[in-house]
Amino acid sequence: MKPYSLWSLVRNGISYDKDWQQAWRSPEPKKHYDVVIIGGGGHGLATAYYLARECGVRNVAVIEKGWLGGGNTGRNTTIVRSNYLLDESAGIYEHAMKLWEGLSQELNYNVMFSQRGLLHLAHSVHDMQEIGRRGNAIHLNGIDSEFLNPQQIKKMLPIINLNCRYPVMGGLLQRRGGTARHDAVAWGYARGADDMGVDIIQNCAVEGFDIQNGEVKGVRTSKGLIGAGKVGCVVAGHSSVLAEMAGFRMPLESVPLQALVSEPVKPVIDCVVMSNGIHVYVSQSDKGELVVGAGSDAYISYSQRGSFDQIEHVVGPLVELFPLFSRLRMLRQWGGIVDVTTDRSPILSKTPVKNLFINCGWGTGGFKCTPGSGHLFAHSIAQGEMHEKAAPFSIDRFNTGALIDEGAAAAVAH
Amino acid sequence: MLLIECPWCGQRDQTEFSAHGEAHIARPTETATLNDEQWGNYVFFRSNSKGLHYERWTHDFGCRRWFNAVRDTVSDQFLVTYKPGEPAPDAKQLTQQLSDATSGTAKVSGV
Ligand SMILES: Cc1cc2nc3c(=O)[nH]c(=O)nc-3n(C[C@H](O)[C@H](O)[C@H](O)COP(=O)(O)OP(=O)(O)OC[C@H]3O[C@@H](n4cnc5c(N)ncnc54)[C@H](O)[C@@H]3O)c2cc1C
Ligand SMILES: [Zn+2]
Repeated sequence: MKPYSLWSLVRNGISYDKDWQQAWRSPEPKKHYDVVIIGGGGHGLATAYYLARECGVRNVAVIEKGWLGGGNTGRNTTIVRSNYLLDESAGIYEHAMKLWEGLSQELNYNVMFSQRGLLHLAHSVHDMQEIGRRGNAIHLNGIDSEFLNPQQIKKMLPIINLNCRYPVMGGLLQRRGGTARHDAVAWGYARGADDMGVDIIQNCAVEGFDIQNGEVKGVRTSKGLIGAGKVGCVVAGHSSVLAEMAGFRMPLESVPLQALVSEPVKPVIDCVVMSNGIHVYVSQSDKGELVVGAGSDAYISYSQRGSFDQIEHVVGPLVELFPLFSRLRMLRQWGGIVDVTTDRSPILSKTPVKNLFINCGWGTGGFKCTPGSGHLFAHSIAQGEMHEKAAPFSIDRFNTGALIDEGAAAAVAH
Repeated sequence: MLLIECPWCGQRDQTEFSAHGEAHIARPTETATLNDEQWGNYVFFRSNSKGLHYERWTHDFGCRRWFNAVRDTVSDQFLVTYKPGEPAPDAKQLTQQLSDATSGTAKVSGV
């Protein structure tokens, strides 16, 4: 694979961009792989990448039923942060943040990671107590966080209306937080994995498992049976469906989560703004569109579209906070199916089936952990034992009671 | 926007209702002898079905009563709603009804 560089940009420009290499192959599946990853979202592709890159496991396939990143990876609002309350969460999300900070160089692919800062707003005494508790916990875990008063917030965001219906009382800022380009993350990992020999097989749905004596031996797909030494299942909203094929149940509910973008305008907000209290989150893309995240529906659905009232619920607080935005037209709106756990923490775990591992439960907020999740999951699959940073996120916690209850700390949807 | 048939009030807009997860999960009776695994399975593990889903709803901004529903989670179409205590409708029959409905040969209630 030829690396991307300024030189390659110039050279290909001169030849009218006709000679760019394809970023990855589209091979026919082999009969057998050491590891099969189900799901070509960011987490699955990152897992394959780190398996090949760091664990020396290169006989790997990623099997995707649609196209790369067509699931939640290509549908999210791209917010990246690591300011979680609990130690286990700090461990995994900060691990991801450190990988983000060098990711474009590592992949030789511009993932447009932009640490523009992420500001949580507080609108009530309760909100102030919540950010106070969380901000201090984050600080004790050695992760950056700062408290802002309303004047400091106004300075950062001149267009904000502090005296809205629920006046802004303060904020919690993570300067290292920000956004990244979601498609580029999937493509960058795919290109890197392919270069090391990983087969990426798109338009191929897994329809069942070959399980013998409680041990997985392969996956049945729309392109036939593919043998596997180990299998990693990374299918987000469809995790319960795949688990059912393998004969076990998951502590998950799959619900629609929506987002919308506006017409592009000149730069108006240069950080990510989130409010748990009135429930809205917004950032501005490099193209100038406002990217707005809505809430999730309370009912289980695989329909990949949410209900209309959720849109109204997010646009209301948005125009309260930023009256200027009331003039903007929203251009696109879509939904993704997110797999939510009761404690709002992910699952990285062994399963009742030997050599079948599962990575799911990222729900409304797993994009930010794509590098960390893939990295830890790859090491866990290669070792056959969960990595110490991943171990607390086992499915067993729902039976032992050792929940990682981030619900209160991250009630907002991303 | 979904239209939902409340068994007491009839067809109403979805925004009057709230959903409360899987229906027909009976609380275990021998609670003193349950182990952690059995408790965990009862409290946290769900079928999360793609297809027919038996679930509980309340008509919050109406009669405020609970009821059960069977919905197709792929299309969000409600197949039937029924009062608490009434037996769960037969899945086979509903599957048939669903395939008839998608092929346009039958009218589905509550949609
Ligand atoms: C509207 C919205 C906004 C969000 N905003 C944020 C945010 O701001 N920040 C954040 O951190 N997170 C956010 N999230 C959550 C985030 O998108 C997800 O947690 C994350 O992208 C999950 O990545 P994944 O690779 O696990 O799943 P996915 O990208 O969904 O990949 C799973 C893949 O598995 C494939 N698959 C399913 N079944 C099969 C099968 N049988 N065979 C083969 N392949 C199969 C699917 O086609 C899919 O491509 C948001 C989500 C949504 C929907
Ligand atoms: Zn009613």
